[in-house]
Amino acid sequence: MDNYPVLIVVAPLLAALFAGLAVWIEERLSYPIALTGLAISVFSAFNVLMQVITSGPIQYRMAGWAPPMGIEYRIDLLNAMVLLMVSGIGLLNLVASYKSVKQETYDRAPSFYIVYLLFMTGLLGVTATGDLFNLYVLIEITSLTSYAMVAMGDRDRGPLASLNYVFIGVIGASFYLLGVGYLYMQTGSLNMADVAIILQSHQGSSIVLTAFILCIIGLWIKMAFFPMHVWLPNAYSYSPIAFARVVAPLMTKVMVYVMIRLMITVFGLDYIFKSPFFADAVVWLASVAIIFGAVMALAQKNLKKMLTYIIVCEIGYMVGGAWMGNQLGMTGAILHILNDALMTFAMFLAVGNIVYKLKDVELSNLTGLFGKMPWTMAGFVLAAFSIIGVPPTCGFFSKWYLILGAFEKGAYHFAAALVISSLICAVLFFRVFEICFFSPPSENSGHKESHSHVAMAEAPISMLIVSGFVSLSLIVVGLYSGTIVNTIIIPFLK
Amino acid sequence: METIISIKPLLAVLVSLLVIPALISSSDKPNVRESWIFVAGAITLLLILSMLPAVLAGKQIALTLFEFAPGAGIAFRVDGLGMLFAIVAASLYIVTSIYSIGYMRGLNEHGQTRFVSFFALAISATIGAAFSANLLTLYLFYEILSLATYPLVTHHQDETSRIAGRRYLTFILGTSIALVLPAMIYCYHVTGTLEFSTTGIFTGQLSKPAATVLLLMFVFGFAKAGIMPFHSWLPAAMVAPTPVSALLHAVAVVKVGVFSIVRVMTGIFGIDLLSHFNLGVVVMGIASVTILVASCIALSQDELKRRLAYSTISQLSYIVFGVALLSPQGQLGGVIHIAMHAFGKITLFFCAGAIYVATGKKYISQMSGLGKKMPFTFAALFIGALGVIGLPPTGGFYSKWNLILGTLEAQQTIFMIVLLVSSFLNAFYFLPIVYKGFFGKSEEEDDNIPVKIQEANLCLVIPLMITAGISIVLFFYPTVFVNLVKVGLGI
Repeated sequence: MDNYPVLIVVAPLLAALFAGLAVWIEERLSYPIALTGLAISVFSAFNVLMQVITSGPIQYRMAGWAPPMGIEYRIDLLNAMVLLMVSGIGLLNLVASYKSVKQETYDRAPSFYIVYLLFMTGLLGVTATGDLFNLYVLIEITSLTSYAMVAMGDRDRGPLASLNYVFIGVIGASFYLLGVGYLYMQTGSLNMADVAIILQSHQGSSIVLTAFILCIIGLWIKMAFFPMHVWLPNAYSYSPIAFARVVAPLMTKVMVYVMIRLMITVFGLDYIFKSPFFADAVVWLASVAIIFGAVMALAQKNLKKMLTYIIVCEIGYMVGGAWMGNQLGMTGAILHILNDALMTFAMFLAVGNIVYKLKDVELSNLTGLFGKMPWTMAGFVLAAFSIIGVPPTCGFFSKWYLILGAFEKGAYHFAAALVISSLICAVLFFRVFEICFFSPPSENSGHKESHSHVAMAEAPISMLIVSGFVSLSLIVVGLYSGTIVNTIIIPFLK
Repeated sequence: METIISIKPLLAVLVSLLVIPALISSSDKPNVRESWIFVAGAITLLLILSMLPAVLAGKQIALTLFEFAPGAGIAFRVDGLGMLFAIVAASLYIVTSIYSIGYMRGLNEHGQTRFVSFFALAISATIGAAFSANLLTLYLFYEILSLATYPLVTHHQDETSRIAGRRYLTFILGTSIALVLPAMIYCYHVTGTLEFSTTGIFTGQLSKPAATVLLLMFVFGFAKAGIMPFHSWLPAAMVAPTPVSALLHAVAVVKVGVFSIVRVMTGIFGIDLLSHFNLGVVVMGIASVTILVASCIALSQDELKRRLAYSTISQLSYIVFGVALLSPQGQLGGVIHIAMHAFGKITLFFCAGAIYVATGKKYISQMSGLGKKMPFTFAALFIGALGVIGLPPTGGFYSKWNLILGTLEAQQTIFMIVLLVSSFLNAFYFLPIVYKGFFGKSEEEDDNIPVKIQEANLCLVIPLMITAGISIVLFFYPTVFVNLVKVGLGI
């Protein structure tokens, strides 16, 4: 079918409208409608990916208007992969969310689903579009819906975190919009492919340089690249867990995608790496981001907060890899978009299960969890190994490419930062494992008899299945990373 | 060299892994659970032995599972060295499982299902490491083994094991991430492959300083080999139940460390490159320090298991030492020590555990006169000690003999003295235990009442008799192992 590309984005949008209408008839209808919308999206995304792999990039013109006037969706290997990833994670999270939304948002479940669908629409649109201004609009849709979601979370701290997020988010969006404005000034076009062609003859223009810097800074703010990360930890840890589970793996990764898209498709790698100074500076900043994120994560006493700082650290991996200026680094960055989304998702699913049972995820509360929630913890352990970078989980393989890229460029500081952050992550997660595995010192009298059998109290089966599935997929994706690199990433980069 | 493509290496790795769900599901029926272990252990051993004739005939058995970049993927290749190590690990796993039943039930330990499950995972990873075709696969199984043994080391879940577990991971996981991982990726960056090859993978890309740094990163990074100063996790790991100390911390885990170093030296660097840069002496120097210092520390330990642990640290360096001699005889002596030491040391650990279960005694100073009560255990202790010291009639003699010949062959007389001094120290810290056990007097002993035999239960005594017996058999018939090493190293 020719309409698959647009169906990916439109299906959740329509589902949001229908879910809104259906609430007047029957509140409980909103969930199945949301499920259907996202399922169609996943199905379309899968088909698009297959189509792109077999027969090359797809161009879809909105309502038949020809670019550069009309909006164009342009789907190549890179965003086909990201689209499948985003819609898949959105759907799986929705399956896992049924119980936790009921528990967390009280009577507001339908509004949760509607906002959730709009958020997904935004993310998918950002990934699919080939138009710079359309991209801005869709980024704003995702952002606005996330502000709402965060505010729906923690009753005391959610609204303030959301407000903070709004302020910084708006600044980021303005930077990007300003950049697009400059680009339009120079080229008179908003279509990415069109702009790229026109830019060929404006290489030395200071307007283009300004546009580039503004766009990139805007995106860095949106992806929480150090030192523009301050909004992220609070926003993500005080939002409802059902939303945190999807925003944490997806939002920042999609922004990294947009950055790579602008670098490769719009401005061109030759333009960006013409002067090595800027790229070197970014790689240094990425190294600092990695260490900073890891160290801050180490300082946290709350599991969710700890994970949000790991996101800040992982963003450093991807930005550093993308700015390495060689194919290995870029491969690592793109592979890490997928891997990091999956492992962060697996991690937050496990945390979601724990939150469902314990409400509070202060580290000190987690004692005896291996006995109480063995399946959840198995998923947690796998996700942790992936973040540490233990083979054969997928986290290892992207790290492999990133370090290779760093060696090729001679950026040994970046390789060192990756290794150090792996070590810190090992410390981080084994600290959690210790708390969950050992009996608390107060009860421990040194006798073996103190190991009373802890009763199992697992999360609902719907949540367990999703969490188990995603955690196992970390190994499968890891084992097949060669296939992913060879069929998607390398052909895309060529 | 002829290569056979076969799924057998994969199966040998998977059997112990696939039995874990069965173990978990039969957790409330201990007898059923234990029978699963024996079934899995037996199948694994049979699979390995079925590949033995081909390997002895000089063929290699290979299987590539995932190729994620050229020259780096998950692949198996069974050669003489891997076969030797796999046979030792798989056969001792079965013996240890018998012992484990006696020990865990004898002490009424908690969490037995968890214990046997992670044990099976550890064995699976060990076999995987033995059969790895490239450094990446080896690294993968090395890491899995580190993580799978953590719950075994910390089995008691108390404060002591928490501290020990921390030290265990810090050393083992820390070094492998900080040193081996970058070194491995650097090798790949330079050569574009990680496949083990008898001639090494480098073709003149390395300068001497770079090669030295890289080699040291590997030697220290594979901290499971217990090269000083990264050895102190091993004594700490002795808080684990004795079957773990016996199989994992005398055989599987520590020897995966040594095995990895051997693989890197012979398969990644290649003997020619090492002798060209004269790097063997560097490694030998490091190993010698560990051999002597660990032996001296062992002398001062009163807790039997800790003394054994320090003895292990020193013996592991023999293996590294032997390979670093770079001469055929030295390499043979070193690599075959993987097997010879395994049978000797596991016997000693079995004895330590049997004494603990039967009498609750952990310290050597409490063990005077115990030999009269536990004659079989102490006889085995004696044989195990002979094996580790390297005296006839045990297999340990064979490896030490070859090591000493190797030092002469390589004209390293100073290092021969290291070996002789160390043997002397070994005798000094082992034989008094046996002597006092048989001829010393315990506090509660009364000359007028004849001492009754009070051995531990049969599940504990039979395994230690078996391994002691094999130690002796290996003195007379080391042929199979010798041929495997010769085939594996091409000497």
